[in-house]
Amino acid sequence: MKNHVFRPLFVVIGIIVLVLAARTFYVPKDFGVHERGYMYGWYRQGNIEDWKKVQVKYQGMEYCKDCHDKKYASIKKSPHQNIQCENCHGPAIDHPSEPPKLAIDRSRQQCLRCHYPLPYPSSGRSKIRGIDPEKHNPDIECSMCHDPHRPNLGGMR
Amino acid sequence: MITRRDFLKKTVTIAGVAMPLAAFEIIDPEKLFAQVAAEKTKVRWAFLVDTYKCVGCGFCVKACKNENEIPYDANVTRTWVERYVLTKDGRLFADTPKGARDGFTTTKIDLGLGKFQDIKKDNIEKAYFVPKLCNQCENPPCVQVCPVGATYQAPDGVVLVDRTWCIGCGYCIMACPYGVRFFHPVHHTAEKCNFCYHRITKGMKTACVDACPFGARKIGNIKDPNDPVTKIVRTERVGVLKSEFGTKPQVFYIGLDEEVR
Repeated sequence: MKNHVFRPLFVVIGIIVLVLAARTFYVPKDFGVHERGYMYGWYRQGNIEDWKKVQVKYQGMEYCKDCHDKKYASIKKSPHQNIQCENCHGPAIDHPSEPPKLAIDRSRQQCLRCHYPLPYPSSGRSKIRGIDPEKHNPDIECSMCHDPHRPNLGGMR
Repeated sequence: MITRRDFLKKTVTIAGVAMPLAAFEIIDPEKLFAQVAAEKTKVRWAFLVDTYKCVGCGFCVKACKNENEIPYDANVTRTWVERYVLTKDGRLFADTPKGARDGFTTTKIDLGLGKFQDIKKDNIEKAYFVPKLCNQCENPPCVQVCPVGATYQAPDGVVLVDRTWCIGCGYCIMACPYGVRFFHPVHHTAEKCNFCYHRITKGMKTACVDACPFGARKIGNIKDPNDPVTKIVRTERVGVLKSEFGTKPQVFYIGLDEEVR
């Protein structure tokens, strides 16, 4: 066969070898087919560990209880007992070291999430007591009068 | 003129050169069979949503965005809550303003483009809230279409995205029938709910489950017969979204209605 047929063939083979050689260096060792097979399990295994390392921010009520035991006890006796501290006080992250102080959400919007009345049958929302935010003391924060830790009307400030 | 002898010789030579390339192959049949081993894993995460309990407060969305560092004011979210309102004259309204990050604090339905529709109490036939999140499908279509192996199903069933590997082509975003995927505004890679993988692997619940004051959301291990979620899924009437797609979603709903898509 003539030389001019082989020359481009060698170039093509050379490119393929180069690509494959580069691939062995570039592709991580743990990249490949794993448990779920080729269709769903073709990935870099180290990424699972990467995701596990993400920092936890919301620590949960039991985390708060150790220091703020009185607040915990009082809210546990109230209709707000199932509302997490962090829903209003913000994620604890590494509190008290970081952040030392949490930013509390005292907005009317925060209370209206549940206490804006929506008359929806087959949703628990219609059973929660609500107010009309345009008529009920529109310019002040709810917590000026109501104590969110003792939301019964007996706990009015 | 090429002779038959020459032709055969050259074919064999080229085939011989090509042979070692098999050493670089991506598909290894042995590994394909190894997927049988995956059946031995003891954990398969599943989720249960009780739509009767959901009141649309949106605390789950708020917690999710903070926990998973989704820019708070960007209109993207890993989980969201939809409101469905059916009127007595047969019309269906559904909305999820900002993904219900701030809950539902008006009776007006957000129709988009700055238009709102107020529905009078007397005209409501039925109305309810439906939280949505990634279904962590057993057959995830988003994973099938990824051209680079950046999204995958972990052995415990959760579909994850490798941010260092994702090229941002967006195929997965188009492939998901549930619309749970989006581009992360900061990382510029595909983003989705991963059942708070960093929490569930530490024995915690997801941020949304913890934040829900009404117990509308639950997460559990469907392979553990004593798990409360498994018990409900096995013994009670639950539904999944868009089962006709064959994706085998692992987020189960109590009180699902045909209007919910």
